[in-house]
Amino acid sequence: MIELKNITKTYTNNNLSLQVLKGITFSIEDGEFVAIMGPSGSGKSTLMHIIGALDTPTSGQYLLDGHDVSTLAEDELARIRKTKIGFVFQAFNLLPRATVLRNASLPLMYAGVPKEERDDRAKKALLAAGLLESHFMHLSNQLSGGQMQRVAIARALVNNPSLILADEPTGNLDSKTGNVVLGTFQKLNREGHTIVLITHERDVAEHAQRIIFLRDGVIESDDRSHVQRKQSYDNA
Amino acid sequence: MTTRDILEETYWALSGNKVRSALTMLGIVIGIGSVIAMVAVGQGAQGSIQSSIESAGSNLVTVVPGAQRGVGVSVSGGRGTATTLTQADADAIIAQITDARAVSPELSRRYQVTSKGTNTNTTVNGTVAAYTDVHNIQIDSGVFISDDNVKSLAKVAVIGPTTRDDLFGVGSDPVGQTIKINSNIFKVIGVTVAKGGTGFNNPDDIVYVPISTAQRFLAGDTYVSTVSVAAVSSDAMSSIKDQITSLLLTRHKMSDPTTADFTVQSQADILATASTVTNTFTMLLASIAGISLLVGGIGIMNMMLTTVTERTREIGLRKAIGAERRDISVQFLMEAISLTFIGGFFGIILGWLIAQIISSFAGLSTTISISSVALSFGVSAAIGIVFGYYPARRAARLSPIEALRYE
Ligand SMILES: Nc1ncnc2c1ncn2[C@@H]1O[C@H](COP(=O)(O)OP(=O)(O)OP(=O)(O)O)[C@@H](O)[C@H]1O
Ligand SMILES: [Mg+2]
Repeated sequence: MIELKNITKTYTNNNLSLQVLKGITFSIEDGEFVAIMGPSGSGKSTLMHIIGALDTPTSGQYLLDGHDVSTLAEDELARIRKTKIGFVFQAFNLLPRATVLRNASLPLMYAGVPKEERDDRAKKALLAAGLLESHFMHLSNQLSGGQMQRVAIARALVNNPSLILADEPTGNLDSKTGNVVLGTFQKLNREGHTIVLITHERDVAEHAQRIIFLRDGVIESDDRSHVQRKQSYDNA
Repeated sequence: MTTRDILEETYWALSGNKVRSALTMLGIVIGIGSVIAMVAVGQGAQGSIQSSIESAGSNLVTVVPGAQRGVGVSVSGGRGTATTLTQADADAIIAQITDARAVSPELSRRYQVTSKGTNTNTTVNGTVAAYTDVHNIQIDSGVFISDDNVKSLAKVAVIGPTTRDDLFGVGSDPVGQTIKINSNIFKVIGVTVAKGGTGFNNPDDIVYVPISTAQRFLAGDTYVSTVSVAAVSSDAMSSIKDQITSLLLTRHKMSDPTTADFTVQSQADILATASTVTNTFTMLLASIAGISLLVGGIGIMNMMLTTVTERTREIGLRKAIGAERRDISVQFLMEAISLTFIGGFFGIILGWLIAQIISSFAGLSTTISISSVALSFGVSAAIGIVFGYYPARRAARLSPIEALRYE
C-alpha cells in the first residue's frame, strides 16, 4: 500500500531552485499495475525515486505499508529498498564484468541471504524473467539489450519484493522484445507484485490497469478504465 | 554482507583490472621492500659492529689520546691521531693499576706491506705479549710476539688470516717467510686464528709487530695510540677507569678531568656510543625508504579515488538494491587493504632478496628481524586503512540518485 500526500520535490543547484513535483497526492493498492506517463521533464523519474525510497520528498508525506518513509535517513531507506522494493532501471545498470548469475543474485547478498540459497533463487528469478539457463554464466556485457533487460528484471524480483518499479524498461528495446518484457511484468503482477511502470509511450502504458498522467509536476489525470483489458499479452 | 562476501567482492574488483592493481601494488612492494632491506643493512651493521667490539675482549677499558668529545668518540677512526699518550704512560699503567689483569699498549697505523711481488695496505699494530690475553687472540700457526721480542726490538711479525691470504695465498703457511713494511724486513713468526668480521672493519686484516719496533723503525717516536686494559672482573671496571684517569691526570699535570688530553672508555661506553651511531644510521636508511612507502601509499589513494569515480554508477546501483553505507565503505576499504597487504607480502620477499644480494655482493652483513617483518605488515595494513579511508568514505557518502545519474 502506497500513500502519497501532497508530495513536493525541489532541486537546488547553485542557488537556482527548481520545483519538480508540485503537490502529488494519490495512493496505490497492493497488487495494482500502474503506469506513470508524461512528457520528458515532467518529474516521472523523480516521483519513482521517491516511491522507491531512493530519495526523500522536500515536503509532504509518503506512507509505505503504513510507515512514514519521507523522513528516514539514508541507511534506513536502504533497508526498506532491500526488503520491499525491486528496481528496473532504464539503463539496465548491470555490473559489466560479472556473470548473469552474479548480477541477479547481488541484492540477496545485501539482504543477508545465505550464500547457498542465493544461486538457487537467482536461477529461479532468471527463468521467471525469461532468460535461458545457457546464458547464466555469460558476462553481462556479452548480452543483447533484451537479455540485459531481463537480467535487470530478474535482479529486481530476486528478493521477492512486494513493489517493483520500472523506469522506461522498454525504452531501449524493439517493440517485439518490449512486448515480451511487458508480458513478464503482467505475469509478475498476477503473481501478486505491485508494479509501477514509467513510460513515454501510450501503447506501453496500455498494459497497465491504471494510468497516471503527469505534467509539470502535477497529476493531470488518473485513469482506471484499463482494469478490464489487461489480458492482451498473457502468454507472451 | 559476510566476510566471505566482502573478500569475494574484493577479488572481483581487483582482478577486474589486473594491470592497474598490479602497478598500484608495485608502489607498496618497492616501499616495503626498501624499508626491509635498509633496516636489514642497518641492523646488520649494528650487529657486526657490536660483535667486533665484543670480540675485542671482555671487561676492557681503553685509553686513547685526545680529549673526550661526548657522543661519537672514536668508534673506529680517529684513534691515535693525537699524540698525548706515551710509552711512559703505558708503563705507568702497567706498573700501578693493580686491578688490571693484563695491559697492552698499542701503536696502530696503516702501512703498505709487501711480500715477493704481492702487496696490501693494512693496519700494522705494534703491541706486546699481553695483547693476546687482553683481546682474546688465538694463534693458528707459529707463536705470538713475546716480551723478549719487545725488549730486543726484534723485526718479527704475526699476521692475521686475511693479510696472510692477501700476501701469501689463501690457506698457505707463511711462518718463516719475510714481509716488508716501510722498507724494513720483518720475519713472519705466526698467524692468528680468524675472528671473522666485515668488510670495513676487519679484525683479521692486520699485522702485529713488537711495539718497540713499531715506535723505533716505523713511527720514529714513542707515542702509543691505545692502551687496552683488561680488568680482573666487570665489577672492577669503573674503579679501573677512575684509577687510570687520576694516574694520567697526575702524570700530565692536569686537574680537570673534563679537559683531559686523553679518554678512558670502557667497552660498555664504546658499545653504547656505537649503537647510538648505528641506530641513527638505521633510522636514516629506514626513513629514506619510508618516503618511497609514503609515495606507494599515495599511489593507493590515487587509484582508489579513480576507482570510486569510475564506479560511481556501480555504487549507485549497489545502494539502490539495498547496500548500506557501511557495505560500500567496507568494500572499498577492503580493496585498499588487500592491495597494501599483498603488496606488503611481496615487499617483504623483495626486501629479503635485496638484503641477500647486498650481503653477498657488497660483503655487508644484513639481519632481517621478525620485528621488522611484523612492522612492515602492520605498516602496510595501516597504509591501506589510512589511504583507503578517504576514498571509501567518499564512495559510501554518494547519494544513490546522483550516483545513478553520473555519466
Ligand atoms: N538531481 C537533480 N538536480 C537538479 N535537477 C534535477 C535533478 N534530477 C532531475 N532534475 C530536473 O527535474 C526535472 C524532472 O526530471 P525527471 O528526471 O523526473 O523527469 P522525467 O519525467 O523522468 O523525464 P524523462 O522522461 O526525460 O526521463 C528535470 O527538469 C530535471 O532537469
Ligand atoms: Mg526519467
